[in-house]
Amino acid sequence: MKRIVELTINGEPRDMTVDSCRSLLDALRDDVGLTGTKKGCDVGDCGACTVIVDGEPVNACLMLAVEAEGRTVETIEGLQPGVDTLHPLQDAFMRHGASQCGFCTPGILMMAKKLLDDNPRPSDEDIRFGLSGNICRCTGYTKIFDAIKAAAIEMEAARS
Amino acid sequence: MRRFEYHRADTLEQASRLLVDLGDDTFLFNGGTDLLVEIRERLRRVRNVVDIKQIRGLSDITYDETRGLTFGALVTVGRLENLPLVRQRYPNLRAAFASLGSIQVRNRATVVGNVCRASPSADTIPPLIADGAFIHIYSRTNMRVVPLAEFFTGPGKTVLAKGEIVTGITVPPAGDNAGKAYLKHGRRKAMELSTVGVAVSLTMEDGLCNDIRIALGAVGATVLRAPEAEAMLRGTSLDAAIVKNAADKAMEECTPISNVRASAEYRRDMVGVLTGRAIKQALEAFA
Repeated sequence: MKRIVELTINGEPRDMTVDSCRSLLDALRDDVGLTGTKKGCDVGDCGACTVIVDGEPVNACLMLAVEAEGRTVETIEGLQPGVDTLHPLQDAFMRHGASQCGFCTPGILMMAKKLLDDNPRPSDEDIRFGLSGNICRCTGYTKIFDAIKAAAIEMEAARS
Repeated sequence: MRRFEYHRADTLEQASRLLVDLGDDTFLFNGGTDLLVEIRERLRRVRNVVDIKQIRGLSDITYDETRGLTFGALVTVGRLENLPLVRQRYPNLRAAFASLGSIQVRNRATVVGNVCRASPSADTIPPLIADGAFIHIYSRTNMRVVPLAEFFTGPGKTVLAKGEIVTGITVPPAGDNAGKAYLKHGRRKAMELSTVGVAVSLTMEDGLCNDIRIALGAVGATVLRAPEAEAMLRGTSLDAAIVKNAADKAMEECTPISNVRASAEYRRDMVGVLTGRAIKQALEAFA
């Protein structure tokens, strides 16, 4: 059965007409056209589909689209503050080469954003814990850690 | 994804009625982090899901010194994991919650859901059993409260009758003389099902062990207690030699199988190691 779901995506009110079996991930990609959120494993193991729902990161593959009714969803497309400006995390990921094949990157950026929003000066252990639900098979994580730490310093400097 | 019908219940009564009326292959849909995977991987035949997340009154967390900690069926693992009270008074629960899945999964998954799934390797079950938790069950004719240790009847099986719904769990208060620990053993730290999980909850009085409960995960058809090991420890000072003997006894009391994650022999060995370590860690509360 199709249902109309009203929600806010990246600050804009939207409605999606979706089948009630559809995952939020499929709805975002196929019905809304936001393909930045990636489908890796589709069973909650890889974290590539991480989006932020009502302020908390979740796997979009493990949520039905109908459950997003009335909620606020942030995806990678909403991360950059303006058309010509990048989020400090995006900028740091580019400068540090923290993205190789790039498939995990949107999920990791959303998770890293949440991490830095909650904890502006994370230790290595904090980053490890924060990213433990995101798998990257290219980088070995070193450059990802470097980028997150660099972004944290930059964001802190921008605030003061 | 394999097709299923989605129903949303606004009350427990409505949810219970749907569970009965829609017949077999109808499942409650709470956090959904297990159910959606089972549907997608065709591990469970599902025709109908009944979403209970709109039902009022199932999202509360309360604590008082006589009754203890009570949380509703809709409370996520992540919410409890980050609760200061859980961090301070229930380090065993905190360890179990923080080791379940990933942050993303824990923001959706509920503790009650993990318990009702009744997996022998579920992380939340051993420390809840060691703490002597109770489970609250709704049915249209009456409410009942069951000790969690008596809730499970086999892998994936519980005492729940058709139409019954778990509304919450109560964990007895954590006194100042209590020590608690949960140790999970797996191949990696995150996104891991436990190979063996051992929970110990004990109370000390004048340097002697007043009471102790040991719960063993992933080494039997359900999470097991180790009653003989516990009996050896009660009334003692829990010195190293006694703990070693009791850990050996716990190894005898468990009934592990071999599967893709570990052999039965290895699991049994780890019960011995982890039981000793968990007791030691629980005692650190008094150090």
